Amino acid sequence: MNAALVAELQAALTPQRVRTNSTELGLYKRDASNIEGTAGIVCFPLTVEEVQAAVVAAVRHQVPFVARGAGTGLAGGATPLNDALVIATTKMNRVLSIDPVNRSAWVEPGVLNLDLTRQVTHLGLHFAPDPSSQQSCSIGGNVANNSGGPHCLADGVTAAHVLGVEVVLSDGSVVQLGGDEAEVDGLDLRGAFVGSEGMFGIATKVCVRLTQNAPAVRTMLMDFASVDDGAQTVSAIIAAGMVPAALEMMDQLCVQAVEAYIHAGLPLDAAAVLLVEVAGLPAGLEADVARIVAIGTEHGARTVRIAQDEDERALLWKGRKTAFGAIARIKPNYYLHDTVVPRRMLPAVLRQVYEITARHGLLVLNVFHAGDGNLHPLLVFDKREPGVMERVHAAGDEIVRASVAAGGVLSGEHGIGLEKRDFMPLMFGPADLAAQAAMRRAFDPTGLANPFKVLPSPAACGDVQHVPEGAWV
Amino acid sequence: MIDLGEFADAVGRDGPVTITGAGTRGGPVGGCSVVHAPAGIEWVQPDEMIVSCGAGTPVDELVAALREHRQTVVLPAGGTVGGALSVGRSDVRRLGLGPVRDVLLQARYVSALGEVVKAGGPTVKNVSGFDLCRLLVGARGTLGFLGDVIVRTRPLPPVSQWCSAPAADPFAVFRTLYRPVSVLWDGHTVWALLEGHGADVSQQAAAAGLTACDGPPALPSGSRRAVAPTTITSLTGTFVAEVGVGVVHHAEPWSAPARDGRVLALARAVKHELDPTGRLNPGIDV
Repeated sequence: MNAALVAELQAALTPQRVRTNSTELGLYKRDASNIEGTAGIVCFPLTVEEVQAAVVAAVRHQVPFVARGAGTGLAGGATPLNDALVIATTKMNRVLSIDPVNRSAWVEPGVLNLDLTRQVTHLGLHFAPDPSSQQSCSIGGNVANNSGGPHCLADGVTAAHVLGVEVVLSDGSVVQLGGDEAEVDGLDLRGAFVGSEGMFGIATKVCVRLTQNAPAVRTMLMDFASVDDGAQTVSAIIAAGMVPAALEMMDQLCVQAVEAYIHAGLPLDAAAVLLVEVAGLPAGLEADVARIVAIGTEHGARTVRIAQDEDERALLWKGRKTAFGAIARIKPNYYLHDTVVPRRMLPAVLRQVYEITARHGLLVLNVFHAGDGNLHPLLVFDKREPGVMERVHAAGDEIVRASVAAGGVLSGEHGIGLEKRDFMPLMFGPADLAAQAAMRRAFDPTGLANPFKVLPSPAACGDVQHVPEGAWV
Repeated sequence: MIDLGEFADAVGRDGPVTITGAGTRGGPVGGCSVVHAPAGIEWVQPDEMIVSCGAGTPVDELVAALREHRQTVVLPAGGTVGGALSVGRSDVRRLGLGPVRDVLLQARYVSALGEVVKAGGPTVKNVSGFDLCRLLVGARGTLGFLGDVIVRTRPLPPVSQWCSAPAADPFAVFRTLYRPVSVLWDGHTVWALLEGHGADVSQQAAAAGLTACDGPPALPSGSRRAVAPTTITSLTGTFVAEVGVGVVHHAEPWSAPARDGRVLALARAVKHELDPTGRLNPGIDV
């Protein structure tokens, strides 16, 4: 711990909002991934000036700083390394202004995703990105990771819903990128900042786009005797020119776990279940429902269940959104993966996922955003079993490689962080990575903003770039 | 995959160099050697809603090819794909169909070092690494010259209809419509582009007091401004404003106010990192 830095932070914030005792630091040593680091100091600024003061102090003492929202990230992006200063934005949680006419709002980064939607529901609006963690994840974290969610199929991921962002850069300057005025000429620095995983600076205000609630919504569940039939239905729906609001798949083990938990009457003998939601104006909606049912039936859907009311719709979604909790009934631990493959490759890659996990003696549940090819294999295990972590890591490694080999990408919505940093060369060559490193240097020439994430470091840097215990890489 | 070797050789490693497509959006910078990106559609994958093409491909050719698959790409008409992306100005459909910068999924460009560099990835959803594609769109060729790209497509709607209402309140129309593709206002008449099922389009038009018309008004070409969308009611002069977006097309010339110095410094730092000698499209300040 750096006593001089602590004193400066306490003077700039308050002693109460600068924490250094080991119990509290222990709470901030990782995000929602299994990757642990060490926090040297944790501070809780309330204002942009306090964030600025914290950044300036950290840089003066050459201590790395890590922005942290709710800590729900799954790739180790907010895991502090080497006793970094953790700057937690959780207390910056005000909605600053709402423009109901033009459908935008300025919010602080600690505002929780679902809280924002709740605050604009009476205006007929919502914030479109809806990660499974939406009850607990923060807007700042969504910006850092360019988060997705089931409804990003039709509406796009976070980048499409961030109009502007006020950021504190590592040189201590405060700069507004983008804002109320759309498409000002010049570089899209706002777009570059979204998804920069805390390595370009710290967001202190975000201007978000709010989306009109659909006048009508239909949610349906189709079940299939084979995973292939379900996956082909997904491709056929898209090829027919429809982009449903959401298009989610669960495989048999997942359906069984979820049904035991929520009792929604899900078909336990189905190999795969598709949850399809269409939203919009009534005539187009009914036409789409009819076409989707026909396509499903052509591809072997055994039953089609259309939610009859809002309660039934909520129940079907509860099944999807609580899948991660439901698996605790099977094994105490899980490892959630996140890769994207071309939709037409879903059947082949899912077969590989089953083969890989079976070979490593692991159980796998699949619950994922089928509409955009975003796989989420969920490996479940009991970490008390000797040697199981090695098998989990080995299987994960193979799943990532299989996805990229199928023409896919490393991550659809969780980010790279520490988890997939050393896989970046699977997708990018040295010149590609050098360009990304150049972007990073332009925003953060000090290299102290959340270092050692995303970009694989040259081997010469020694142990500081070692991925800590818990990573499966 | 399109071979970018010849294009990279033409860009080379030193000396000022400029790129031009069809020249419809400004053309090349003077006093430099001029290069052209490869043209041609590489492939169309309708079930993935993506298409790959050389940056020199005409936008209209791409749109025509996609029409056979009942899809389209949301780029402003005319010129080349590379030109539309590099300038980064969306057309009037931005309100409903999103900005040009959201169209680009993957780009391979030639850097200031003459190397072929890949940004982004081929899938619609992708957060693998920093989003270099966002910087390339609107950079006017100052960070790298686009060689080939993968862009997202979208299905063509069953019905696409422009409607208008004279002497209407633009915000009343805007509030009434569900996700219109475009709403325009010239201080008097409101136009809206509605897309979707025919019955929905008719119902929406009626609810907002709009009647079908031939198309949008001609956009004044004196200047294009970006203003906060709430402020369009205080505009003066001859204009067509994009309601809900805040892009305003004026007949009168207008010079943009100086940008915030800190934003400019950051933009120049990006330029310096990616093109330290300033050889790509010299003289263009982003």
